[in-house]
Amino acid sequence: MTLAEVVSLALAIGTGIAAGLIGCFAVMRRMTLAADALSHVALPGIGLAILVGVQPLIGGVAMLVVGALLVWGVERKTKLGTETVLGVVFSTALAIGGLLTTGDDLMGALFGSTAALTPVEAVIGLAVVALVIAFVLRERHRLVLLLISPEIARTSGVNGARLNLMFLLAFALTIGLGLRYLGVLLIGSLAIIPAATAKRLAVGLHGMLGIAVAVSVIATVTGLVMARELHREPGPLVVLAASACFIASLLWRRRGERGVTHS
Amino acid sequence: MPKNTLEVANLSVAFGPTTVLRDLSFVVPHGTSLAIIGPNGAGKTVLFQALIGALSHGGSVRWAEGTRIGYVPQKLDLERDLPVTGHDFLRAKAAVTTASSSDFARVLSLVGLGARVAAMPIGTLSGGQFQRLLVAVALLGAPNVLLLDEPTSGMDEPGQEALHETVERLRSETGLTVLSISHDLSVVFRYATNVLCLARGSGPACIGPPASILTTEMLQQLYGAPIRYHVHDAR
Repeated sequence: MTLAEVVSLALAIGTGIAAGLIGCFAVMRRMTLAADALSHVALPGIGLAILVGVQPLIGGVAMLVVGALLVWGVERKTKLGTETVLGVVFSTALAIGGLLTTGDDLMGALFGSTAALTPVEAVIGLAVVALVIAFVLRERHRLVLLLISPEIARTSGVNGARLNLMFLLAFALTIGLGLRYLGVLLIGSLAIIPAATAKRLAVGLHGMLGIAVAVSVIATVTGLVMARELHREPGPLVVLAASACFIASLLWRRRGERGVTHS
Repeated sequence: MPKNTLEVANLSVAFGPTTVLRDLSFVVPHGTSLAIIGPNGAGKTVLFQALIGALSHGGSVRWAEGTRIGYVPQKLDLERDLPVTGHDFLRAKAAVTTASSSDFARVLSLVGLGARVAAMPIGTLSGGQFQRLLVAVALLGAPNVLLLDEPTSGMDEPGQEALHETVERLRSETGLTVLSISHDLSVVFRYATNVLCLARGSGPACIGPPASILTTEMLQQLYGAPIRYHVHDAR
């Protein structure tokens, strides 16, 4: 393997770790649909970047950050219809992105590609991986309190609004990390499917984080290896490998999925 | 320590055109227990949320300097398969409030919860077990104020009795200030220093010792129906 290939593999695995970790909290916060919709907002950014001759990834990540701020603002300002607003806004974003991006660019943006990384992309990517992993590990206790009860979190000194914003930005950055090789339509899956698998298997928080990371990394490596062997794009194969893990978890163990209200 | 742990003046909360709390004023002296009673929809939980600053409101809410609140919420909607154990929950609270993990055994023992139950995912606990866990979490971090929103709902009778006694003992021994929302007027009569009654439709509130508030006439006026409760002999 060349150095470039090693760095590329390291970034893909790092993205898998970051996606597995942040995905756990996205799944536990029941924001899987919002997370998927958020990833779509990258497309118009990529389209605009290609139009004006800027690095597509920069456009995609910039739009993701805007999308995260939008979700945060909508959640804070309105008590009703958040999912409706998100559905409308992000579907519109996908439509605009579809118009702005054409041909091979569109396919690459939607499903990822194996185009080589530039050194700057690799350095920024690895830095973002470190940032997201550090955020989840450092803030996991605050995220747990906020997840269980905003009142308990608040009286324990947690600034819920700020933590929510940081979480959404970390999620947006994770989506941005996977844009290149998974694409707009599939990166959300790398955050959600390993976490959903881990949620079925784990008893405690650290178990869930560990299993999600393991599934995510296994799916990433399996997908990349198969893509190389089969001469296909890696995105769909990575997601299929993650889905296979989820299906296996259904056979392995099945717990009650019914919601329960403590009162 | 200041005389009052909490001073509330002209507190009002409205959701759009609906006023839930109007011009509410009261104080809670240090080390006392205030019970908040009233029919459903009177704004008891809204009052708690306003007190912790989770809701925008008119008027003023002033906590004494150095107040550390332990909060037991009324109702939580959790998924049964949420992979967060009681220990994860305790660890999270301990990490955020810099409490020591060696305190887990103490607070679990105070609420009568075994280590085996605390190791289970919180979604699989019974209603009573989960309430005990919430109280244990509230007691972590050396709070000097407890806000209890129907803390014994879902608990069996002995469990309720034990929890009330524990909170009362902590109050008398450590000077804890307790604000609790309760529908159990016998418990209110027995443990509360003062009672705050909230009427539905932001009607006039009343405050005073249990003996002067929990009268047949006052309760009839508050709930719109005759209310009976059992007065324990212990007090």
